[in-house]
Amino acid sequence: MQYRAEVTIELKPGMLDPEGTTIKRALEHLGYHTNELRTSKRYIIDLEEESAERAEKKVDEMCQKLIANPIIHNYTIDMREA
Amino acid sequence: MTIAIIEFGGSNCNLDVLHVLEDVVGVDAERVWYKETDLDRFEGAIIPGGFSYGDYLRSGAIASRTPIINSVKKMADEGKPIMGICNGFQILTESGLLNGALMTNKYPKFRCEWTNLRVETTDSPFTSAFKEGEVIRIPIAHMDGNFYADEATLSAMEDEKLVTFRYVDKEGRVTDEVNPNGSQENIAGILNGKRNVMGLMPHPERAAESILGSNDGIRMFQSMVEYINNR
Repeated sequence: MQYRAEVTIELKPGMLDPEGTTIKRALEHLGYHTNELRTSKRYIIDLEEESAERAEKKVDEMCQKLIANPIIHNYTIDMREA
Repeated sequence: MTIAIIEFGGSNCNLDVLHVLEDVVGVDAERVWYKETDLDRFEGAIIPGGFSYGDYLRSGAIASRTPIINSVKKMADEGKPIMGICNGFQILTESGLLNGALMTNKYPKFRCEWTNLRVETTDSPFTSAFKEGEVIRIPIAHMDGNFYADEATLSAMEDEKLVTFRYVDKEGRVTDEVNPNGSQENIAGILNGKRNVMGLMPHPERAAESILGSNDGIRMFQSMVEYINNR
């Protein structure tokens, strides 16, 4: 089966996000107030696996081995049939 | 004695480090491409600065997952000294050889300028030629040099005196104004628990000859060579 995983990586809550802070400040210059603005990165990964469970396990391994840094990041995986 | 200079696609301070080791310090050094897996012939290693793999994903992340890092870990286990400069520091934290992570500078700008550093410990293979508390001048050049570790890690590091350098003013005072990147406790360089692996954001190879404006950096390389000679 073909699966598509959408992996979202973000900084742990409370950690400084300079990019988000800069965008928030720029929006304020344009007159838009936001309570908080945080950035995240999304990776779209297509892969072939026997089942959704196996595909999710693979992608989780990828996150742990490379895509996320457990010291600073949280991540979520959204998996569906492609 | 030969020191390895580990190179990845995107390393760009490799030739500066080679010049300093061979022409200024006067030791043998060899550039080693990341595809090599056997580093047994080397007595120490330096991972120089640059933008390995374009800094894609996170600075140092992709380089830290290449096979040569397993050989660098083997060297570290054997007690050989390993120094990671700038991107090399990022590679060492990403590989788990050093604590913490290097995040985007608090004010998200590439900063290339002289900094004053205070020598926090002389008990390491890289700082034995300094005096504790001494203020030295070494330049930085980075975007992701904001050192982060959780509080428990940080306090254990302070207890074990694993911080080698902090950003300070000319009088040696730690202030927010002289912290170029927002690093916790103004940390500029750290050691591993065994004290034979050091990462630092400033570039000692760019301050290794007085014609460059400072030769304070040369003593890091000299310390490393002396340590190797005495092993």
